[in-house]
Amino acid sequence: MSQIVKAQPKPIASQSVFQRGLKEIKRHWQLYLIMLPPLLIILVFHYGPMVGLQIAFKEFNVVGGIWNSPWVGLKHFKEFITSYQFPRLIKNTLGISLYSLIAGFPVPILLAVMINECTNTKFKKAVQLITYAPHFISTVVMVSVVLMLMAPRAGMINNIIALLGGERIDFIAKPEYFKSIYVWSGIWQSMGYNSIIYIAALSGIDPSLYEAATVDGASKLQRIMNIDLPGILPTIIIQLIMQCGRLMNVGHEKVLLMQNNLNMSSSDIISTYVYRIGLENARYSFSAAVGMFNSVINTFLLILVNSISRKVSETSLW
Amino acid sequence: MKKNLNAIRLSSGDRIFNIINLTLLSIIMVIVLYPLIYILSASFSNSNAVMAGRVWLFPVEPTLAGYEAVFKNPQIPRSFVNTIYLTVAGTMVNIAFTIMLAYPLSRKTLFGRGVITGFITFTMLFSGGLIPSFLLIKGMGLYNTYWALILPGAVSVYNVIVARTFFQSNIPDDLYEAASLDGCSDIYFMWKFVLPLSAPIIAVLTMFYAVGHWNSYFNAMIYLQDSKKFTLQVVLRNILIANQIDNEMMKDIDAMQKQEGLAQLLKYSLIVVASVPMLVLYPFIQKHFVKGIMIGALKG
Repeated sequence: MSQIVKAQPKPIASQSVFQRGLKEIKRHWQLYLIMLPPLLIILVFHYGPMVGLQIAFKEFNVVGGIWNSPWVGLKHFKEFITSYQFPRLIKNTLGISLYSLIAGFPVPILLAVMINECTNTKFKKAVQLITYAPHFISTVVMVSVVLMLMAPRAGMINNIIALLGGERIDFIAKPEYFKSIYVWSGIWQSMGYNSIIYIAALSGIDPSLYEAATVDGASKLQRIMNIDLPGILPTIIIQLIMQCGRLMNVGHEKVLLMQNNLNMSSSDIISTYVYRIGLENARYSFSAAVGMFNSVINTFLLILVNSISRKVSETSLW
Repeated sequence: MKKNLNAIRLSSGDRIFNIINLTLLSIIMVIVLYPLIYILSASFSNSNAVMAGRVWLFPVEPTLAGYEAVFKNPQIPRSFVNTIYLTVAGTMVNIAFTIMLAYPLSRKTLFGRGVITGFITFTMLFSGGLIPSFLLIKGMGLYNTYWALILPGAVSVYNVIVARTFFQSNIPDDLYEAASLDGCSDIYFMWKFVLPLSAPIIAVLTMFYAVGHWNSYFNAMIYLQDSKKFTLQVVLRNILIANQIDNEMMKDIDAMQKQEGLAQLLKYSLIVVASVPMLVLYPFIQKHFVKGIMIGALKG
């Protein structure tokens, strides 16, 4: 046995983090190199706009650009909060979110439970295939379908109403129908896709629990209430957190397509307001301020909901 | 014949439950399917029949007039081609960048792993917003180019985390240890070992990203000015929602009604044509899509 005396490296404890870090980076430089392009993209296109957010505190003009436009402090925020549209925007945004939450949150869960209880595999697969499909329809097509089905003269829904003896209603033109149309078409489109995560959770429940319950004489309904639902409770809570965290975050894409002058009083939400004021009216600073107002609230909500959940249950996002 | 003494007989309550369950699910399937079938039938029907509300389940007075009008419009095939190009190019960039970020982060001994992960996940918490992003794109000279549609969304942090989880559970640590003892560099290891083993996650990510590109309209709408560059969804939006159909000069009420009927018919046919690619591929990829979501759902 030959003893090869190796040069002893400096013991770890006496090396600073910096020195150790440098050594690691040098050893795995290829990994760091590979991460560079994606990180650069994130830096430029995700953090870059955050830097540009400073125009919310400035009076942006084309000559000065982002850096040389004059500072105006909180002027835009004050203007927004005191504007006559502010209450309406908040009401519409929150209204849509809460409506979506209350009506839409339970549906995928129920669907998942029902699918899970299917005994016939062919039927089960058919249900899944059909209900997942609408998710893949693009937003533009989806809204077009909704607009055409709700049309007063030739739309399918009004045809059914007329057949049953009722009067045709121009749904899209009336503000009071907007939220319902938006929410229920959304449920129609995404209930299948959203149920997948619950189906996955249900498949993770120990089957012996079912056997034990059945032997004890539990009916299917009792098994669902006592095994299924508690079993997927962590998943449900996380999904609930995520949806609550997005309460003020209604996306502009679908609403923008469904908006028109007639239903504006009910369909104008913060994000579409930012789009209209910012991109159509080019009031960059003001709309950036409104957008920032919204983003900050979203971030705050997400952190709040997550810490509440951490205290109340054991599940949280981080 | 011996009776199976261990078989648990379904109680009558359970049988009723099953029947109700089956019925409810069937109703749901009808609710999901019927609008789609209606649109399909209407697209093949005589426009007068559609306007008069005579179409219920099957095409009435079948005609291809709607489809003729769709394909006569030069914008539509052109935007189809544009979208295919954008989807392919964009998805390739997505996959490459996602894996380039996810694999190194999956190495538990990577120095700075926590910092980098925090750096990218913060962007899921807070964003600069629409207007600053728009000004940035303009300032970088990317306005009216496809780069504006590919670069900003090139890395989806959510997908990076999903991919990272995949790597953590599927690439054993000792694999690299063993390979590096034989002199294998990090890059060579990724090329020869990680990529081949990544087939499942690449498949899933490809589907997520490709569907995203195909269906997206908003960024294309705000960043593309040249109508020749318009993508499919932008053209769809213009025709279906903003009602920008080229109407020829109308001579009388009859012609106007016929025009309007044809315009409506064109819309139905256009919807079908636009959705056909996605819905045809869908049954084949559905299984893998579901698996992909399960991977994402199981993040530790």
